[in-house]
Amino acid sequence: MSENLIAALSEEEIAEIDAELAHVPIPAGAAIDALKIVQAHRGWVSDESIKAIAQHLSMSAAELDGIATFYTLIFRRPVGDKVILLCNSVTCWMKGCDSLQQNISEQLGIGMGETTADNKYTLLPMTCLGACDKAPVLMVGDDLHENVSAQSIEKLFQTGVGEQ
Amino acid sequence: MSLDRPLTRNVRADRSPTNMAAYEANGGYQGLRAAMGKMAPADCLKTIQDSNLRGRGGAGFPTGMKWSFVPMDDTSDAPGPNKHKYLICNADEMEPGAFKDRLLLECDPHQLIEGMILAAYTIGADVAYIFIRSEYVVAIALLREAIAQCHAKGYLGKNILGTQFSLEMHVHPSAGRYICGEETALISALEGKRANPRAKPPFPQVSGLWGRPTIVNNVETLCNIHHIIERGAQWFQDLGLTSDAGTKMYGVSGRVKNPGCWELPIGTPIREILEEYAGGMEDGYKLRGLLPGGGSTDFLVEEHLDLAMDYDTIGKAGSRMGTGTMIILDDKTCPVGFVKNLVEFFSRESCGFCTPCRDGLPWSAQVLDDIECGRGLPEDLDTLARQVTFIGAMGNTHCALAPGAMEPLSSGLKYFRDDFERHIAEGSCHFHKEVHS
Repeated sequence: MSENLIAALSEEEIAEIDAELAHVPIPAGAAIDALKIVQAHRGWVSDESIKAIAQHLSMSAAELDGIATFYTLIFRRPVGDKVILLCNSVTCWMKGCDSLQQNISEQLGIGMGETTADNKYTLLPMTCLGACDKAPVLMVGDDLHENVSAQSIEKLFQTGVGEQ
Repeated sequence: MSLDRPLTRNVRADRSPTNMAAYEANGGYQGLRAAMGKMAPADCLKTIQDSNLRGRGGAGFPTGMKWSFVPMDDTSDAPGPNKHKYLICNADEMEPGAFKDRLLLECDPHQLIEGMILAAYTIGADVAYIFIRSEYVVAIALLREAIAQCHAKGYLGKNILGTQFSLEMHVHPSAGRYICGEETALISALEGKRANPRAKPPFPQVSGLWGRPTIVNNVETLCNIHHIIERGAQWFQDLGLTSDAGTKMYGVSGRVKNPGCWELPIGTPIREILEEYAGGMEDGYKLRGLLPGGGSTDFLVEEHLDLAMDYDTIGKAGSRMGTGTMIILDDKTCPVGFVKNLVEFFSRESCGFCTPCRDGLPWSAQVLDDIECGRGLPEDLDTLARQVTFIGAMGNTHCALAPGAMEPLSSGLKYFRDDFERHIAEGSCHFHKEVHS
């Protein structure tokens, strides 16, 4: 019963993963790269993807899942189009990140770890974003927003940030 | 251009990136050209050793000494198929309160790359990685572009500038977690594993990435290299105001008028950084204490303000200079809440491998939460003190995360004990009534 799980990966994904294999002495060495590749294509990493990647890298699905769940930026559940990373480390905490979280939750109707009904945003806590001189800060997708206030939050999500 | 502020000489007021043309026009890659083929790796090593450059990631370990542990014999007869030696730049800046490497990466990526090429040449590494947190989106794009330009110019790739020296350089965005900034955890992450720190010895200099000799250095450390090679050890030594050498990227965040990051001579007094550069406290706020070098350093207070910010002076005062980026605790912020935020951070970021860290830090966080929320008991202070003793002891864990987490707690209990006791006596937080509006 040798079910071909790798079929769950696209040809493109397999090609990208195989390119990473050239840089590592053992296939499992590309585990994190492979997870990132699949996530880049699908937005998150499903159980089926875990099994398929694991088979492709000659490792157990359990071992790969142990790696996937270790890293905060590998998503094992579906996330929205844009992930909001709200810094809650000490300088941002002093500058009011807790009340910003409340503002975001009220405006978007989601708590930490949740995704909006329209699938636009997922809200996640993040360790110090390295912009403490501009605290409080958050990221929406790839964009860093500095000196964030209740007012700027309102504007940010009203206009639909990043929408061209 | 200013030679007494080498690291930020290309940093513009608007923080726009310095491209290859501007970097070269301002003397960039001259250090590389001067050294390649004319200085032996051993000469470069001697210069770095003589310069007294100490690691800018936080620990302050002498860089030249670290490099000197890399075996320099011919690697072609190494056992196994992997003959590489590796240089890794640690650009995984995640220490609470630290934002200095971001500035160097975003404003002058070529400075880092030139330093890395010279560092790799010195230790005989043929593969280099820049391990960078994925959130540094701008820096990642700039570094990738800069590396491609270096290949086109012959600064990277095979036979650099016509010499026998070859170097491949890769940008490796991290998948997250603070612990990846610990050098052996970083190596585990680069190998595709969970980022658990490793027991030392063996040290990475001898057995690091894939079991091969590996040097991991912080961004700011590597940015210093080409300046030292170009201008010499004495020039670098003369930059410092105290026994430490060079300049330092200092930062201040919290309730000050002008939070920011500045390159200053190492050994600049804390008060000068705080008052002249950060502009002093915001109106209506008073200083109660500060963490001199990120979230895992001990509090200093008013009486320490005239101390020189260098490794030894801050060490003697019972703290660590760490990253050199200070976090200010003001008089309207609850010290218990401040310490709780930090301990919760470290608890969440524990990799979970060593018991004192995995089980101890959540326990500390719980006790602090009890006190902050008014459920604290007098004996909780003894519990915290015991935790500081056992979790804070170096050697009980593979890495310094747990001991680092205990630094603000231990010194917080010392300097702000009244606040802890008042929380317990009153069954509430006396700052909650006057939180910032």
